[in-house]
Amino acid sequence: MAPKSKKAKNAKKAKNADNSKTPKDADKGGKGDRGQAAAARKPARELLFGDLWEFDPAPESADPRIEESYGLFINGRFSAPKSRKHFTSVSPRDGAALSRIASAGKADVNAAYLAAARAFAKWSQLPGRERGKFLFRIARLLQDRSREFAVAETLDGGKPIKESRDFDLPMAAAHFFYHAGWADKLDYLAPGRRCEPLGVVGQVIPWNFPLLMLAWKLAPALAAGNTVVLKPAETTSITALKFASILQDAGLPPGVVNIVTGAGDTGAEVVNHPKAAKVAFTGSTEVGKLIQRSLAGSGKRLTLELGGKAANIVFADAPLDQAVEGIVNGIFFNQGHVCCAGSRLLVQESIAGLIVDKLRDRLAVLRVGDPLDKNTDVGAINSGEQLDKIRELVQSGIDEGAEIHQPKCRLPEKGWYFPPTLFSGVTQSHRIAREEIFGPVLSILTFRTPAEAIEKANNTAYGLSAGVWTDKGSRILKMAAELKAGVVWANTYNRFDPSSPFGGYKESGFGREGGKHGLLDYLKLG
Amino acid sequence: MLTITKTPKCYVGGKFIRSESGAVYPVHDASGGFLANIPSCSRKDLRNAVEAAAKAGPGWAARSPYNRAQILYRLGEMLESRADEMAAALACGEQRASAGSGPGAADEVRASIGRIVHFAGWADKYEQVLGSVNPVASPHFNFTVTEPMGIVAVLAPEEAPLLALLTLILPAITSGNAVVALASESRPDAAILLGEILAVSDLPGGVVNLLTGSREGLIDTFATHEHLRAVTASATRAEATTLQQGAAESVKRVVLHDPATDWLAADHESPWPIRDFVEAKTVWHPIGA
Repeated sequence: MAPKSKKAKNAKKAKNADNSKTPKDADKGGKGDRGQAAAARKPARELLFGDLWEFDPAPESADPRIEESYGLFINGRFSAPKSRKHFTSVSPRDGAALSRIASAGKADVNAAYLAAARAFAKWSQLPGRERGKFLFRIARLLQDRSREFAVAETLDGGKPIKESRDFDLPMAAAHFFYHAGWADKLDYLAPGRRCEPLGVVGQVIPWNFPLLMLAWKLAPALAAGNTVVLKPAETTSITALKFASILQDAGLPPGVVNIVTGAGDTGAEVVNHPKAAKVAFTGSTEVGKLIQRSLAGSGKRLTLELGGKAANIVFADAPLDQAVEGIVNGIFFNQGHVCCAGSRLLVQESIAGLIVDKLRDRLAVLRVGDPLDKNTDVGAINSGEQLDKIRELVQSGIDEGAEIHQPKCRLPEKGWYFPPTLFSGVTQSHRIAREEIFGPVLSILTFRTPAEAIEKANNTAYGLSAGVWTDKGSRILKMAAELKAGVVWANTYNRFDPSSPFGGYKESGFGREGGKHGLLDYLKLG
Repeated sequence: MLTITKTPKCYVGGKFIRSESGAVYPVHDASGGFLANIPSCSRKDLRNAVEAAAKAGPGWAARSPYNRAQILYRLGEMLESRADEMAAALACGEQRASAGSGPGAADEVRASIGRIVHFAGWADKYEQVLGSVNPVASPHFNFTVTEPMGIVAVLAPEEAPLLALLTLILPAITSGNAVVALASESRPDAAILLGEILAVSDLPGGVVNLLTGSREGLIDTFATHEHLRAVTASATRAEATTLQQGAAESVKRVVLHDPATDWLAADHESPWPIRDFVEAKTVWHPIGA
């Protein structure tokens, strides 16, 4: 990540003084632990440059090719919305208007479903090999225009360009490539059964990984032979609409993919349309419950990928520097706008003080700011609304008595930004330990035994992901087995792959995305 | 000499209980004569059964798959040894039902034993069908295993009161879940006897809990109880709506079967019904020195 540069670092003395008062938890550990921790806590040698060096701005300059106005992508072409309504998409980077986007109404969504239903007969009958070739083409075309899309993604959503360039885009293309190869191999997916497509699938995706979530949804649905009506999130519609041009270039038959933009009411039309054979939703648990309720008795299939409050568990024997990098990546990746973010750090008591110190040092060198700058680690918060939510929950943490740590960093004057934030001394009843913040805010709790770590980690209505850091192999397998979460990262965090199933337990939703598990959720067994 | 009659009891937490409410409903024979008073379980009974299942579930899930397989096979042995008695119980219920509903009693017992043997064999095999090692592009070892969901609710249909009940229960317990089941309301005879068979099968008490009573009166609680992580039911559209609406409160998994399901059909026997009651867990670990 960012090289150490401008340091707003306390003098060594001040820092040591700090150490002696913060980790009251560390004092509870055994005498041996304390001695060990104190020895290990000698600060690493650091180069202090003060304000002498500053990074030059390094903005990515590729042209994002964003149109002034976008219609709805229905039946293979863009058309003006029958609703005659539009909304403006702004960049969270500086609040500037990016494009004027159609807001689909009931009639528009209906037109999309009719187009998808018409296209289904041919698309589902197309030999799997041919369907696969379309998906391969899409993957290639997306790779061709990767940089352009990355810039558009960063402008529209606020994520750092290094993430959209190095993660979102390559991973989106990889999802199409992986699933392309499945299209003619469905007979090998479920031994003893024949797999058949479901029909028209309605998909509603979130704003945190706009293009990647589109790829997660479209690729398996199309490989399985379904046709799709997809609604991107209101604040991040641009890359989905740009993606429609790739579908046109790929020659995908009209109606196989239809993209309708708009806010929650458009989403409600998409999930409640009678022609939907299945609904796939990624978003908040609150909305997921509403959808599950509204589909009751409809006979539609449903998969939900909802919120999380993941525990990232660090044992005293873990490789601590690697763990610290993993913790930082776990919570500050994409400004913490990640459903599987490691937002509850559970540290073994004997190293709690040390970890907090290391994290504070690491936070001080995270570069927060213009997401288009190639050196930026933490970009812009996706929307003013989300920023308000983060601020509200952070205030609750302060009010409830947790200790806040934030690095000194200058935030851009325009746009929506929030500094990376740690809370130590958090207890399980604090709102910041229970509610999904969906921002760059880490709550730190402690534990003594593996059993206590499991108890605390599982003490949540969510169950999407978890992290474990320890050098002991048998403990990893034990912890992985006991954690009630759909994805467990051991000695790593926030890893994704098209072949790796992703999805949650409990109120984090049901169904999986990725791998053969995800593909099966787009098929019925004959 | 007057024969003594058996008092029908539910099987909950390994014990034979009557409803805490004291409520019963009578069942009759074909000619309308009184046969027995069946416990009419209350919502409180259901909550108690969930508690029993919660106590027994983790231990059952922790058994080795081989051990679960042997215990399920033992269940088959126990049913086989009381096959005639079970056929008589089924025939008793059958007289009460409208003609032509479900398989004949003897066929139903044979099919039920077969189904138990089938799922017993899956206990230590389904993981190799449903799990995977995933070829990720980064240097990580990545695998997906299945885990039981926890406590599964079962709402059995009125017909095929043994075979359908077992067809819904078996995939759930084979994979280490605990079950709270509501038996056929009009034909509870087989479920009452099944409780006695379960009790001597080595299946730990509380893993399968069998209730009798009013489906209408209990369906809301089945739908909304947060500790029931999944519900499987043969349900009408109205019942399906109730179950799915209630399930939404805690994002519960709902698996529905058409009331017209042919319970004798061979496609009930596969690992795919097990998939409905397991969660897929994916674990990543770096590869390196």
